[in-house]
Amino acid sequence: MTGALLTIITDNWWDIRDLSNLSGAIRDLVSDAGGPGWLVYVVAGLLGAAGIVTFVGVTAIINIWIERRVVGRMQSRLGPNRPGPVGLLQPLADAIKLMQKEVLQPKLADALVFTAAPIAFTVPGIAVLAVVPWGRNMTLASLDAGIVFIFAMSSLAALAVFIGGYGSNNKYALFGSMRVIAMLVTYEIPIVMSLLGIAMFAGTMNLDGIVRFQEDHWLFLIMLQPLAFVIYFMSSSAELNRTPADLAEAESEIAGGYHVEYSGMKFGLYYAAELINCVTVSAIIATLFLGGWWAYKLDEIVPGWMIYIGKVYAVYFLFIWTRGTLPRFRIDQLLAFAWKWMTPMALVNVLMVAAEVLIWEETGWSAGVLLPIYVVLNNALALALIVAWVRVFAPRFERFPDRPRFYSTIDVPSLPAVAPVQPGTQSQ
Amino acid sequence: MPIKSEPVEVNIGPQHPSTHGVFRMVARIDGERVTDVKMVVGYLHRSMEKLAEERTYTQNIPFTDRMDYLAAMTGNLGYCLSVEKLAGIDVPERAQYLRTMFSELQRVASHCMATGAFINDCGAWQTPVMYTFRDREKVLDLFEMTCGARITTNYMRIGGVAFDIPDEFLPALDWLVNDDLPARFEELENLIVGNEIILMRSRDVGVVTPEMAINASLSGPMLRSAGIAWDIRKADPYCVYDRMNFEIPVGYNGDSYDRMVIRIEEMKQSLRIIRQCMAELPDGPHKVDVPLALRPPAGEAYSRVESPKGELGFYVVSDGGPAPYRWHVRAPSLINLSVLPQMTIGQSIADAIVTLGSIDINVGEVDR
Amino acid sequence: MPHPATVTLPGTAVAERLGAALPGAVREAFAEHVVLEPASLFAAMAFMRDDPELDAKYLVQMCSVDMITRIDVVYHLASLARNHIFEVKVPADHERPAVASVAPLWIGATLQEREVYDLMGVAFEGHPELTRLFLWDKFPGHPLRKDFMSLPGGQKSGLSQFPKQAPGQTGGEFRPRDAGAGAP
Repeated sequence: MTGALLTIITDNWWDIRDLSNLSGAIRDLVSDAGGPGWLVYVVAGLLGAAGIVTFVGVTAIINIWIERRVVGRMQSRLGPNRPGPVGLLQPLADAIKLMQKEVLQPKLADALVFTAAPIAFTVPGIAVLAVVPWGRNMTLASLDAGIVFIFAMSSLAALAVFIGGYGSNNKYALFGSMRVIAMLVTYEIPIVMSLLGIAMFAGTMNLDGIVRFQEDHWLFLIMLQPLAFVIYFMSSSAELNRTPADLAEAESEIAGGYHVEYSGMKFGLYYAAELINCVTVSAIIATLFLGGWWAYKLDEIVPGWMIYIGKVYAVYFLFIWTRGTLPRFRIDQLLAFAWKWMTPMALVNVLMVAAEVLIWEETGWSAGVLLPIYVVLNNALALALIVAWVRVFAPRFERFPDRPRFYSTIDVPSLPAVAPVQPGTQSQ
Repeated sequence: MPIKSEPVEVNIGPQHPSTHGVFRMVARIDGERVTDVKMVVGYLHRSMEKLAEERTYTQNIPFTDRMDYLAAMTGNLGYCLSVEKLAGIDVPERAQYLRTMFSELQRVASHCMATGAFINDCGAWQTPVMYTFRDREKVLDLFEMTCGARITTNYMRIGGVAFDIPDEFLPALDWLVNDDLPARFEELENLIVGNEIILMRSRDVGVVTPEMAINASLSGPMLRSAGIAWDIRKADPYCVYDRMNFEIPVGYNGDSYDRMVIRIEEMKQSLRIIRQCMAELPDGPHKVDVPLALRPPAGEAYSRVESPKGELGFYVVSDGGPAPYRWHVRAPSLINLSVLPQMTIGQSIADAIVTLGSIDINVGEVDR
Repeated sequence: MPHPATVTLPGTAVAERLGAALPGAVREAFAEHVVLEPASLFAAMAFMRDDPELDAKYLVQMCSVDMITRIDVVYHLASLARNHIFEVKVPADHERPAVASVAPLWIGATLQEREVYDLMGVAFEGHPELTRLFLWDKFPGHPLRKDFMSLPGGQKSGLSQFPKQAPGQTGGEFRPRDAGAGAP
């Protein structure tokens, strides 16, 4: 039994623990055949891209099912359970339905923008997955500016939403677009700030390097940077248009927002891309904060990319959970939240990290001594800042109690009969 | 260079997820701020008041189901009370208790719907509405057990109720009001009462001052949220409410949050009333025989009940014939809408939606 | 413990109180209701709203009844603090009904007056925005009137021919919207 397993776990190309063996095999194959050196990169890149696109396609389909089932469970109902075993074929049925539908386009919509927006919305989410490490030696493009690439791509998605809403020539869609831009401008800052701490600790912006840092120092960066995790999680849920910050599509207010005019597979693309973007952000969080494919000793037994996908879905579950629980903010409250809390907190976090890294480098003490101290210090700081903010700066509602008062008989205070204000007079 | 901007007119409704039916609100919006609101109603107008002039008094009862289709029992009750007042019919004791019990059950069902839909308007992704719908279904199951219908019950009759309750009813009701619903309400309260986001969204949103509430003839939770302890069940008791021991929840600020928590507390008070009704339910006939073609003496009567939406009044004029000469409904949903412009102008569009949701209109009743 | 139920003030008592302050405002007083003079409706309503004894700060409801020879506009007024209710009627002309609007006194009357105008055709003078509430603007006639869709002599008409055969026919006594001021 163990013998059979050991024959699989080799460094041959069929070893599923590490797909770099596969690209190594291709390299050998090409060089044996006397092909040019660049062909290796092209073939390996194409294979990796195919792998990622397959993952994205499967994820988008599976996520529809997962999201609906999990939220259904939270809402004390079943969720889709008719097509296929436990409703697994429901996404397929959805897709078939969406493809059959007519793709309508408003007469006055800008045809090019209207068509390009869903596509432009889908691409960045997939592109980000190219720079994240899927396992040891399993990064499609190990960019040195990996984090910067992530920022660039996540802003592109918001711009795609904006042009889609603006090109629809619909008032609701315009409202959605305006809100998207307001949120983009606001939430990029805390996102960048929070990831700055990560980059400073790791000393690199390369995502491979960040995972290696976590592996070297035997900790997840969420322990060192809890505040950054909280900020990044909240800000990215605003960027992802997910409850409690789904203002751009706010179904109960602006009836779908930017995608109100989309139908058929164009809408389907938006719908799928939203889930893909959510997985992408979960992947970023899993890489930067939760150690990526590395999990203490576990990655020696389980293939790294399986651990990684497990972590991605654990974060994704958090997103589903918030979505199933919380109501929506108002736009001004959301923006105020970002400017008044997230940005200052992120700044404090950056300062703290800078001081800590400076001490680390100047004193030259070993990481084994300093990092545990930093873990305790930063967790205490994060807790203290959050509690202090809730106590000091949170809007006060204690002016009135949460519960009504009770009367056992009718009681009407004598009031003056006011002259009514006629409707519309307040607007002048 | 100053930036030029112009207000946009947005149709919120008649096809909109948050208008609770086919209600249309034409809002002029400057940025995110509402500067003017015009209500357009009538998409569901079925001219019930005219139709009723051609039908006998008993035949009119189903119309009252279809007015406030979320609170059909109280609609039935209000109408039957007005005809009984006009014709001078005494209703047997058991029927009085059954009427009280069923109108309180209906209040629970309607407030469940209102609370869930309100949180949905605040932007929660369907979770509270599913919780409240689950509870509402159980109440509707009891209606189905008694009269065969869940929504349009058509249960009250002039001179009593249509059917006596079946044997299984009281044990099922006992389980519901003593075991199930209190636990469910606690769960619901843990989820929404005092929730920071809900407080942020609904405190100081859609404020009604007490003066304005009285001046605009508001009723029900709208009036009580403004700090006025007024309830037709206490002020002008009908059926057996004068024997019941219950309290009126009253808000402080007249905002959307107050209206929501008042509805939740009223559901609890309704359970109290139902428990007392169950304990005191007397034996006896469940209705008196009333001729099918009832001919009340010429005259007029106005009677009112506390429906979940507010004061539901029926003004019936008889000329001595078998059909009402004139039949007017004081629809609380319509009259509560009177202050919608005053409440929403100056707020943001998201707050306008929350305000509309907290009024808890029912377009079937607005339009009749 | 039993609660005191709402007291229904007799029309005569209301008339007495009202007549003392505004002589000539009351046309007739009955046990159930009091009939006001249309000319002094607004003043009488304003008095009843502000009077500490009648204290009618709460307009319970208003509606209208077609009495064949006239149209009665019916108001139920109440005081929440004193917990009483009383009924006031004001007659209007049947052909061109018009009474003063009480919307400046009670916000709650704005929509109800529009409803009465829509369904019974009573023009409320002084209403800020008197348009149809339920029906569309071009709707012919006011459906709650007893003569709506009937021929002279009390017969129900319907149309004499199918609409496609004779598109111009309107049937019955449909009143065009702009037949004249006051009786739209």
